[in-house]
Amino acid sequence: MEKKLSLEESRQRLTQIEDDLIRPLKSHKGLEIWVLFLLLMLTLGFYAYYLQLRDGLGVTALRDYVQWGMYISNFVFFVATSLIGMLITSVLGLLRIPWITPLTRIAETIALAFAMFAGIVIIIDMGRPDRFPYLFLHGRLQSPILWDVTVVTTYVIISLLLLFIPMIPDAAILRRRMQNSPKWQQAVYKFLSANWVAAPEQYALIKKSIRVLAILIIPTALAIHTVTSWLFASTLRVGWDSTIFGPYFVSGAFVSGVAAVIIAMYFFRTNYKLHNYITEAHFNRMGQLLVLMCFIYLYFNLNEYFVPAYKMRKAEGHHLEALFTGNWAVMFWATQLGGLVIPMLLLIFKPFRKPLPALIISIFVLVGAWFKRLLIVVPTQQHPYLPIQNVPQNFITYKPTGVEIMLTSLPMVGVLIVITIIAKLFPIVPIWETAHEQGIDESVIK
Amino acid sequence: MEENTHIPENDGEGRRDFLKKIGIFAGVGVAAAAGAVYVASDYEERKHPEGKKVRVLTADGQLVEVPESELQKIEQEELDIEDEMQRRGREGIPGKSWVMVIDLAKCRNARMCIAACQAAHQLRPDQYHINTLVMKDSEHSAPYYMPKPCYHCDNPPCVKVCPVNATFKRQDGIVLIDNLRCIGCRFCVAACPYSARIFNWFEPRDSEKYKDQPYDVELNVPQKKGTISKCLFSADRLRKGELPYCVSSCPNGVYWFGDMNEDVVVNGTTKEAVRFSQLIKDNGGYTYLEELGTKPRVFYLPPKNRIFPAPGEEQTASHS
Repeated sequence: MEKKLSLEESRQRLTQIEDDLIRPLKSHKGLEIWVLFLLLMLTLGFYAYYLQLRDGLGVTALRDYVQWGMYISNFVFFVATSLIGMLITSVLGLLRIPWITPLTRIAETIALAFAMFAGIVIIIDMGRPDRFPYLFLHGRLQSPILWDVTVVTTYVIISLLLLFIPMIPDAAILRRRMQNSPKWQQAVYKFLSANWVAAPEQYALIKKSIRVLAILIIPTALAIHTVTSWLFASTLRVGWDSTIFGPYFVSGAFVSGVAAVIIAMYFFRTNYKLHNYITEAHFNRMGQLLVLMCFIYLYFNLNEYFVPAYKMRKAEGHHLEALFTGNWAVMFWATQLGGLVIPMLLLIFKPFRKPLPALIISIFVLVGAWFKRLLIVVPTQQHPYLPIQNVPQNFITYKPTGVEIMLTSLPMVGVLIVITIIAKLFPIVPIWETAHEQGIDESVIK
Repeated sequence: MEENTHIPENDGEGRRDFLKKIGIFAGVGVAAAAGAVYVASDYEERKHPEGKKVRVLTADGQLVEVPESELQKIEQEELDIEDEMQRRGREGIPGKSWVMVIDLAKCRNARMCIAACQAAHQLRPDQYHINTLVMKDSEHSAPYYMPKPCYHCDNPPCVKVCPVNATFKRQDGIVLIDNLRCIGCRFCVAACPYSARIFNWFEPRDSEKYKDQPYDVELNVPQKKGTISKCLFSADRLRKGELPYCVSSCPNGVYWFGDMNEDVVVNGTTKEAVRFSQLIKDNGGYTYLEELGTKPRVFYLPPKNRIFPAPGEEQTASHS
């Protein structure tokens, strides 16, 4: 925090911050093409879902052996990426790490969007989506699916609150600044500003609420990904039957989440011209965070793959051979090296933590993270205890179909739509928190 | 099956009782659902005079007397057959503990069990409730054929994970599936270490033909798109006092089936009845992958003293 500013300086600087952060909400250059693209993808996705509903899940490459595929991998990826909200706003926030302020809203937006669509991914994978209400009507508490539904719903609600409660003062500012916007938009700002007048009691209340939510979200976030890992670890199958799946999944989640935030940071910094707010120092810090997360994840990978590989127990041996040297070897090593080890090593050096290199590395990490989920989900099912015999060849191999790929990207399009809407209605960098951090008195911000 | 069964006189009450009970089930089982309707309508047609009492069989198998004037015919719509089949299907057959023994020495991969099963359950040729696998346990051990149904585990991993109680364990040991309940999440398929479960990825075989047939949870037909299917120990046949489809269609005497409570199993081909415990003891019976703790209800007798040639080397199983 800088030295105390005079009232006049404070007002001037606040106006400057408001101008910078609100400007992107007013200019829509290129937005039409982007929205058109999203709508086209959405239409294709819905058509693919129509085909799947009409003909059955058989339109995918899933069959009786590989019966969880891209959809479930996608689900794990979505839940994983959504954990970043907890890491940035909550863990780093509670530790009072100062540089996270301009990144909290990006992280929370990503968290909310991915968590929301994680549920949609599961419905896409269901053979009878019309019976989704049965989960509530006939739910059995001993099934990990019930736990997952419970904690993901809780996480979505807490993430919503963690996105919108810190936004109350900003909504009040927007109400004042965006008077030329459409009526519905003003109504949204009015609703979300919740009679904010920047009174000290309101500040006290909002800070307390954020703190309580930040604490609540830690166990919830740990729970959603731990329970997601238990969908696999609670079975008797080689490759899934592992005691470290909980922390292994959680540590992997932070890797993909940090990478997603770096990508979003780069995008908003360039397109929204936020160079003064999301600075090179932020990329430097996030790059360091990614190194740490990659290192922890690598540690769990060593435990998960090399300890069983040392023993090569019969069934596990077949599974590991397929990963290390068999038909999954290319994807396995590309993911482990290109998506984890090399990014980690590069990011150790400062030049690679500059915005552009950090972006490129993060893209590799995020893509790698998606394929890593596929490697966790699919190969195991090709190595059951009993041999796969007397079935057509396509029951054994798994080559995703076009419909399946479209339907895997549908929720990703959904995530992009949600992020686009939030980033077009609200400043992606929080105004009041940034102003506060720059030494502007709270009473001025309204 | 009764007429072909050889029961030596000195075999004691146990076996005869077992067969008698199977016989009773044939009567009670069929009568239970339709009994009341049938008897009531039958009597009404005969038009007994003045306040005479008639005997009717209730749904739970009790014979009671009621004044004839009180009798009312139940319309077909009111008696929901599907509901009744669900009720008794979930309950199971009291007092029974079904068990299967598969003699690996006798299997020559005739695959008639598979054909009978697929016909009964309206399955496609690549959908197996029971599948005969070529097994080879290690490099230097001999290959053998192994029929693999669902093991109807007493600690079933599939039932544990089902989020909606669509797959369940009955009191007689059978693990069934309710396709009116199944949401198609396939967690049970993931959880089964024996790959016993299949999924209806497409519209099931001949679904148009069977679409008006009421759903029988004990036979799992008509099959439904987007839901699970698997071996049911032919629960519908057991209710009628008959042996399962696979068991009775085997030409080679591979299968024994019976009741663990009675300690009797009957061979599906020869109809010979023996003590279950003795059969397992004498032949070194075992369950597959019992170290997983699933407690299967299907026992194997090792492939020793084979009467048929072993699977050819070119068909050797690969554990890939």
